Amino acid sequence: MPQTFSGDTAWVLASTALVLLMTPGLAFFYGGMVRAKSVINMMLMSMSAIGIVTVLWVAYGYSLAFTDSGSKWIGKIAPSHLGSLVNDLANNGAKLAIPVLVFSAFQLMFAVITPALISGSIADRTKFVSWVVFVAIWVTVVYFPVAHWVFYFGNASADGKTITGAGWLAGLGVEDFAGGTAVHINAGAAALAMALLLGRRVGFRKEPMRPHSIPLVMIGAGLLWFGWFGFNAGSALSANGLAGLAFMNTQVATAAALAGWLIVERLRDGHATGLGAASGAVAGLVAITPACAFVTPTGSVFIGLIAGAICAYAVGLKYRFNFDDSLDVVGVHLVGGIVGTLSIGFFGAKAVNSVGLNGLFYGGDLTLLRLQATGAFAVLAFSFVMTLIIGKLIDLTLGLRIDRDAEVEGIDSTEHAETAYELDTRTGGGIFASASSKEA
Amino acid sequence: MKLITAIIKPFKLDEVKATLEHAGVTGITVSEASGYGRQRGHTEVYRGAEYRIDLVPKVRLELVVRDEVVDDVIDRIVEAAHTDRIGDGKIWVTSLDDVIRVRTGERGIDAI
Repeated sequence: MPQTFSGDTAWVLASTALVLLMTPGLAFFYGGMVRAKSVINMMLMSMSAIGIVTVLWVAYGYSLAFTDSGSKWIGKIAPSHLGSLVNDLANNGAKLAIPVLVFSAFQLMFAVITPALISGSIADRTKFVSWVVFVAIWVTVVYFPVAHWVFYFGNASADGKTITGAGWLAGLGVEDFAGGTAVHINAGAAALAMALLLGRRVGFRKEPMRPHSIPLVMIGAGLLWFGWFGFNAGSALSANGLAGLAFMNTQVATAAALAGWLIVERLRDGHATGLGAASGAVAGLVAITPACAFVTPTGSVFIGLIAGAICAYAVGLKYRFNFDDSLDVVGVHLVGGIVGTLSIGFFGAKAVNSVGLNGLFYGGDLTLLRLQATGAFAVLAFSFVMTLIIGKLIDLTLGLRIDRDAEVEGIDSTEHAETAYELDTRTGGGIFASASSKEA
Repeated sequence: MKLITAIIKPFKLDEVKATLEHAGVTGITVSEASGYGRQRGHTEVYRGAEYRIDLVPKVRLELVVRDEVVDDVIDRIVEAAHTDRIGDGKIWVTSLDDVIRVRTGERGIDAI
C-alpha cells in the first residue's frame, strides 16, 4: 500500500492557499489599472471566477481534467466523485504521494485564476451576466481539456513500471512545469479573442484612460508574487529540491524582469514607473512559470530580463493593431507565456532536472525547442478559436457588451449599483429602504 | 475693495498662507481647482502609452482686501508661489460693489 508523505502533503496544502490568494491579488492588480468608475466590475470578474469554477470543479471539472478516460484529449466526462476519493492517493505519473483531494484542491486554484486572467482584456464594457456564463463554458470546453493535455501524466500500473493515459502534450514531452501553456498562453489567446469580439472601449486612444490607483496595482503585484511561489514551487507536488529550484527561479526571474522592464522604460520613455515595475514583475512570473523547474537560476536571470524587456514592448502592439486589450493580457500573459515556454528550448538543463531535456544553450539539439513550439502553438490556436466561438455564441444570445451610455456613465453603477469610492461627501439623499423589506 | 483670486500650485499653499498672515489679511477661501494655461498640462506615460493630462490640479485662493493693500498682497503671493517653472499660476483682481458679514450684517470695509 502506497504511503502518504506528510511533509509533501503539508507543502501542497500551503501552496494551494497561496495560489488561491493570487486571484484576489489579480483583482487588485487589474482593479488599480482601470478608471475609478469600473473598479468593482473589474475586481468582481476575478472574484466571481472563484465562485463559478470551484462549483464546476466539484461537479465535473476535476474528472474532465485529471482522470484517465483512455483518451489523451480529455478525462472522463463524468461527475468528479471527490467524496469517494477521500482516502485515495493521487497517482499522477506515479510520482505523487499526496491525497487525491489535496492534489485536486491545488489544481482547482489554477482552474480558478486562468479565466480570471482573461478579464483584463475586456475591462469597463462587458455585461456581467455574460461574463459569468462565459467563464462557466470556457473552463469546461477550453481549460479542463487543456489542463488534461498539459498536466495529466497518466496512471502507473500496479508494479509502477508502465504509465498509461497521459494527456496529449504531457505524453509528447512538452515541458511546462506550472502552466506557461495551460494557464498563460491559454488565457492570453482567449483574451485576444474576447478583445476582438467586444471591440474598443468608447474613447479608446482618444481620451486618457489612466490607472486610477498605482498603489492598488502594487498591492496586487505583491500578492501575485507571493502566491506565485505556491503556483510554481507547489507544482513540484512535493517538498523537495525540485520545489526549491522552482522557488528560487521564480524569485530570480521575477526580479530580473522587473529590472528589465524599468530599463526599457527609462531608455525609451525617460522615466521608470511604478506601473512598469509591477508589470515587469508579473511578466517575469509568467515567463518563469513553465520553466521554473527545468532551468538554472542563472538561466532564470536571462529569461526574466528577456521577458521583462519584450513584454515592455509587446504592450504597445494593441496601439499598432488597434485592438483594445485594455489591461494588456496579450502583451503580458500571451507574449510572456510564449517567451517562457520557448525559453526552455534554449535554457533547459538536464543537470538540474533529469526528467527534462537539454536546451540549445546546454548542449541540446532542436528537439526540445520544437516540442515547446508545438505546445505553445497548439494551446494558442485551440484557445483562440474556441474562445471566438464561445464569445460569438454568447454575443448572439445574451449580448457581450453593455450599452454605450452605461459604459460612459461607468459599469460599476450601471451593472452593480455600487461605487468603489465615496469621493464626494455632498451626495445628499436620505431616503433609506432596506432592500429585503421593499414591497410593492 | 477688491477680490483677489489666485491660482497656484498646490504645494505652494502653505508658503502663500504664511506670507499673507504677515500682510494683515484676515481671511481666505481655498478650493481645489483644475485647469490648464499656456503650457496645456503635462504628459504621463503608462506602459509606453503617452497620455496628455491637460487639466492639472491647482489650488484657488480667494481673498477680499482693502484697496490700499492690494499691491502688497499681490507681491507677496507672487513671491511665495513663484518657482520659475511653467504652471506657476495666475492672479487676477476684481472690483467689488459690497461685502456683507453674515453674523452681524455689517457692510463694506467693516465686513472685510
